[in-house]
Amino acid sequence: MKSSKSIFGMVIGGYLALFFAYMFLPLIFMTIIAFNANSVPQISPWKGFTFMWFGELAKDEQMWHALLNSFIVAFSVVAISVPMGLGGALLLTRLQFKARDFVYGILVSPILTPGIILGISTFLFWDSYMNVPGGLWTAILGQSTFITSYCMLLIMSRAQRFDLTQEEAAFDLGATHRQVFWKITLPFLRPALLSSVALAFMQSFDNYNTTLFAIGIEQTLPIYIGTKLRSFISPAMNALAVVFIALTIIGAITYEFRRRREIIKAG
Amino acid sequence: MFDFWKNALRDLGKIGVAYIIITVGAWMVFMILIPQLIMFDYSFRPMLALRDIGGPKDVWTLKNYIVFFTNKLHMAIFFKTIWSSIIVTSAALAICYPIAFYLAKVARGGKVGLLMLGLIIPYWINELLRLFAWQIILADSGILNNLLMVLGFISDPINFRAGDGAVILGMTYAYILFMVFPIYNVMESLDRNQLDAARDLGASWLRIHRKIVIPYAKPGIAVGCTMTFMLAAGTVAAPQLLGSPSSFWFTQVINTNFETANWNQGAAYATLLMLLCMIFMFIMLKLFKVGLKELTQ
Repeated sequence: MKSSKSIFGMVIGGYLALFFAYMFLPLIFMTIIAFNANSVPQISPWKGFTFMWFGELAKDEQMWHALLNSFIVAFSVVAISVPMGLGGALLLTRLQFKARDFVYGILVSPILTPGIILGISTFLFWDSYMNVPGGLWTAILGQSTFITSYCMLLIMSRAQRFDLTQEEAAFDLGATHRQVFWKITLPFLRPALLSSVALAFMQSFDNYNTTLFAIGIEQTLPIYIGTKLRSFISPAMNALAVVFIALTIIGAITYEFRRRREIIKAG
Repeated sequence: MFDFWKNALRDLGKIGVAYIIITVGAWMVFMILIPQLIMFDYSFRPMLALRDIGGPKDVWTLKNYIVFFTNKLHMAIFFKTIWSSIIVTSAALAICYPIAFYLAKVARGGKVGLLMLGLIIPYWINELLRLFAWQIILADSGILNNLLMVLGFISDPINFRAGDGAVILGMTYAYILFMVFPIYNVMESLDRNQLDAARDLGASWLRIHRKIVIPYAKPGIAVGCTMTFMLAAGTVAAPQLLGSPSSFWFTQVINTNFETANWNQGAAYATLLMLLCMIFMFIMLKLFKVGLKELTQ
């Protein structure tokens, strides 16, 4: 029994090691290459350690322009998606009506729709019916279509745990709707709202498929990366990848710590 | 109906109700429904010069769909998209199921947190950069070719990007984690005692999975499969970065239609892609006997 268990353990350990190697080795290669002085983005031949690709990246004005656009789009998406997601969550958790399941189906459908479809339909609507050509505005709206669904689901999962008697008690004591919302409902939803701000920002910042079809001739950072990777590939892209990876690791660790602290607090 | 409004106003107040109507109304009508209907409408209209729009030639027609069903190449590309997405989905499920089970029910304590972090980090890294990593690995002078040559398996580099294999490999790598998290989330709430009881009664591990774990994890498996299939079938990035110039993918055909300003044809093809994903989703719902609600929890 003991030996079969340790064999089982070894198989699982080996499988996990393989899986994580599969997940991380490509990213590690990509990172190492960012520091190779070779102008072809490969590990071999190794031509010496360098930071020059980061310098080259920093000199690329197109990149800075795309980065600025990415920030504009991401902040706008947050400003649109979180309030709308809150509206959807309140509608679906607080009100009872016959068509509830149907409305729910429509509101989550953007998550289950391929990103390019959202980009195309947003673009067609605004370009031909509103006379707004593809650009940052259509990219913002195209992305918000599905990011709002994510925000709504996040807020809903917390709103479902809300104890309604708290509100009733406040009403009985003569509180107005405004007071109840600001003093009771909103503080309760705060963690979910903050998570949806973070989620919306990241989803927007990373989005390629929807944006590509909606944005016309403008560029966000992923569109810029896509254009670069299709034409001439320079290790400057590896340098950019390293920046992304570093930020992601910092973000993921902070997120995980916060989550654990919350679990400890709640538990 | 009257009761509904009365209750709504009592619970949320005038401002609250107005807020919900405005936000959900704008989102549902102007961002989800109308754009979708317009795309649908576009797909049934012929491509016309600006002066003919609204004129006698501007009528509903099946022409854009007939173009698809008479174009053998585009049909073949469409079927390639279907079977490759099925391959990607199955591979992701096979690889991720053990990982999700291990994380949810075997690993304990701090190990779970560390492994979760190991999943979250690659999951958050931009899709294009994950595909770029494989572009580097599979290049003619890339790591894989070098490794194979050093080991003496091959004498000349293989052009991995000649066929469709590179795209399928890249898609699997880029979307695999969309399978792990949904399955993990469902499995986590499975009571360990059930597994222990089954084991004490002498059930083999295969039987435990078939009779307890898989039935329990059904909603998670359905979500994972639906998402992975949708992402694989709908990706433009993977074929753009890893595809061979001689073998197009359906999303690229759609993209070309828009680049050449044939929006109507593009809309028809996009509608077909959407139908494909919807059909796959309904098959998953039926197969795993779950509802749309469980699918998005």
